[in-house]
Amino acid sequence: MTTDTTPQKRSFFNSDATQKLLAFAGLIIMFIVFSLASENFFQFSNIVGILLATAINGILALGVTFVIITAGIDLSVGTVMTLAAVMTGMFITNLGLPVWLGVAGGLATGALAGFANGTMIAKMRIPPFIATLGMLYIAKGLALVISGLKPIYFTDTPSFNQLAMGSVTGAIIPGFDIPNAVLIFFGAAIIAHIALTKTILGRYTFALGSNEEATRLSGVNVSAWKIAVYSLAGLFSGLAGVVIASRLNSAQPALGAGYELEAIAAVVIGGTSLSGGEGSILGTVIGAFVISVLTNGLRILSIPQEWQIVITGAIVILAVWADILRRRQQ
Amino acid sequence: MIDVLVSMKGIDKHFPGVHALDTCELELRKGEVLALVGENGAGKSTMMKVLSGIYARDAGTITYKGTEVEIPNPKAAQNLGISMIHQELNLMNHLTVAQNIFIGREPKRFAGVFLDEKALNRQTEELFASMHLDLNPRTKVANLSVAKQQMVEIAKALSFRSEVLIMDEPTAALTDTEIDELFVFIRKLREQGVGIIYISHRLEELKQITDRITVMRDGRYIDTVETKETSTDKIINMMVGRTILQATPEVPENASQEVVLEVKNLKRGKALKEINFVLKKGEILGFAGLMGAGRTEVARAVFGADSIDSGEIYIHGKPVKIKSPGDAVKNGIAYLSEDRKQYGLTLGMDVEMNTVLASFSKFLGFAGWVNTKKTKETAVQYVEALSIKTPGIEQKVKNLSGGNQQKVVIGKWLTADTDILIFDEPTRGIDVGAKSEIYKLLNDLTRQGKSIIMISSELPEILRMSHRVIAMCEGRITGELPIEEATQEKIMHFATLRNEKTPGVETQQTQGGPA
Repeated sequence: MTTDTTPQKRSFFNSDATQKLLAFAGLIIMFIVFSLASENFFQFSNIVGILLATAINGILALGVTFVIITAGIDLSVGTVMTLAAVMTGMFITNLGLPVWLGVAGGLATGALAGFANGTMIAKMRIPPFIATLGMLYIAKGLALVISGLKPIYFTDTPSFNQLAMGSVTGAIIPGFDIPNAVLIFFGAAIIAHIALTKTILGRYTFALGSNEEATRLSGVNVSAWKIAVYSLAGLFSGLAGVVIASRLNSAQPALGAGYELEAIAAVVIGGTSLSGGEGSILGTVIGAFVISVLTNGLRILSIPQEWQIVITGAIVILAVWADILRRRQQ
Repeated sequence: MIDVLVSMKGIDKHFPGVHALDTCELELRKGEVLALVGENGAGKSTMMKVLSGIYARDAGTITYKGTEVEIPNPKAAQNLGISMIHQELNLMNHLTVAQNIFIGREPKRFAGVFLDEKALNRQTEELFASMHLDLNPRTKVANLSVAKQQMVEIAKALSFRSEVLIMDEPTAALTDTEIDELFVFIRKLREQGVGIIYISHRLEELKQITDRITVMRDGRYIDTVETKETSTDKIINMMVGRTILQATPEVPENASQEVVLEVKNLKRGKALKEINFVLKKGEILGFAGLMGAGRTEVARAVFGADSIDSGEIYIHGKPVKIKSPGDAVKNGIAYLSEDRKQYGLTLGMDVEMNTVLASFSKFLGFAGWVNTKKTKETAVQYVEALSIKTPGIEQKVKNLSGGNQQKVVIGKWLTADTDILIFDEPTRGIDVGAKSEIYKLLNDLTRQGKSIIMISSELPEILRMSHRVIAMCEGRITGELPIEEATQEKIMHFATLRNEKTPGVETQQTQGGPA
């Protein structure tokens, strides 16, 4: 019976860890290649640019990670983000509410949309793909209706712009101006990591993706936890909405489509399995950076944007293929 | 004074088109092991799902320790102290042993949000210690053998301090030593006053472990008898409503001696080493061995499902290259997996579609239109020829019993004109009555000139059906016996013949009995 007493140390190198290492190694290689190819790449301002570019997609991908680990999918995160941004604009600019209340309203909007997704999936038994596809359109449409097709600007409330574009670190260490948006992303990632690995929500997220029926038969209220997972994904979309509105100093109702696919790509590159039961926040963060470093580096090398998109697609496929090869070996 | 734990009376349950339970009853006493037997489709599982809160009953009463109770969901059953161990293991493979056992009631810290992983593992260790089970709580379930996973399931049920334990075919995937181990547990639980409902198809086990036997047939309650006072024949009789002749091996004269399949020096990594054998026309070649001996691997290699390192395959004397199951089917080879539901059938589709699935091109007409008249005729023909019990060819296969599902798979391969059929555990999960029908079907097929390789872990089945027996151990063929010389002891001797002491094959060894 010594065969199944796998020591903890070994598990660091097998299964999920390997994929993370692969993605991480890829990230390091890209850094080196781009740094050698162009001296403009490894500059403080450019690194900050990369971090800032990662923040929005990264925050969305955090929520999507939870959903994908349950073997579900969320296509609505991009447009829900837009809706949350528009709602924040409406609360702050149109209704003149205090900034903190507007932010809370934006977050609540996202969580509510996620709650609706979860309810449709868990209670009405609509497949996640369809339910969240529907929500993609509903949120997109509502954002246009509520905004009256026009961007909402935050010109009267400069403190709102500071939320994402100010720098707490710059205030402490002069010159070390990392925008708050980036800090919010890292903070959210840490919270998401703890939630996924240390809390009851995280445990049931993995359990659902591993074997939903078994989880149900163990007396776990599967519907409630599914709704919680989609609500959490919605909450992260709401956070992304607030951050993007703050960063652009405006709520752009036409923005948002396509973000959901980039978020899913980040999650998949990070080694989270679409068939559920496996995944990590660290992997997702690395995945999000892989995409933005690639985009940034290729732009610096003056490779046309069209080609950047093609290469991103190839990377997604390669990442999943590497994962499949690794599994086959086991 | 008899202490009754559970009493179910007048239980009725309807599913669309099926009267699954018709005024059924059951009584479980404190500290007894009650066997629940019946053919597949008799209603055993449905009855137990009613008791464990998975199905709601249409009528009837459930009394638990003297009071009438409602069991609306699995959690309610757990709270009462009723636990069910399902036949298909209900574990989360990505989680650890401890995480599986305490799913839904994890020890928590800080306002009930954070998990206390240390306490979780400690409690699991304590539980294992009380069960004398040597298992690391931190191991991922995916890395355990099926037998160990079964142990985890039992440990989980025990951790609820259950007073009623329902076990659905608990020994199906266990080795003999593990079964003994399990029976020790069961006896210990019985002494502690736990009532156990034990569902099994292995009637010989009932004698060893059960006190009373409740028999069901066709959704009805038949009778409950004392195990000691009842013969196995009587139980079978009650189950099928007719007497079945006990295992009389039919060995038809192996008239034709033409070799239809010859395998030479087949090798694949560590799984298969130097596999050589021939299959003759009209014979059933039994492959015996313990779990993991490599029998399924031989079948998959011959069928092209796994790639091989080297080796040659001859069909009717001609060398053939089989690189995919498609190649195998073209050469007339069919493989009927032991896991019918996963590899043999498309469960959500009807009998007609499943029958024609492997030979679809035969039913295509002009411009790729499916000739539905022809597919219907073919399906009806096989439903009749194989006496598949189904309301019609439109019935979805998932609604058929195990035995009838197996027949649909056979029909599929016959439609595809295959003449070499590899059966992997053809009667696994199939009840006694349907088993003899499958046996009869296999014999009919050989009479029609089909050749059969039958992989089976049940020695009585091997001895009853085979014309020739090949035994395997650790990826090599360790012995070959004509049926006249085969005995359980000889086969087991070869099946446990490990290591390099057998350079070749001990063909037709008549004297080399067990040492």
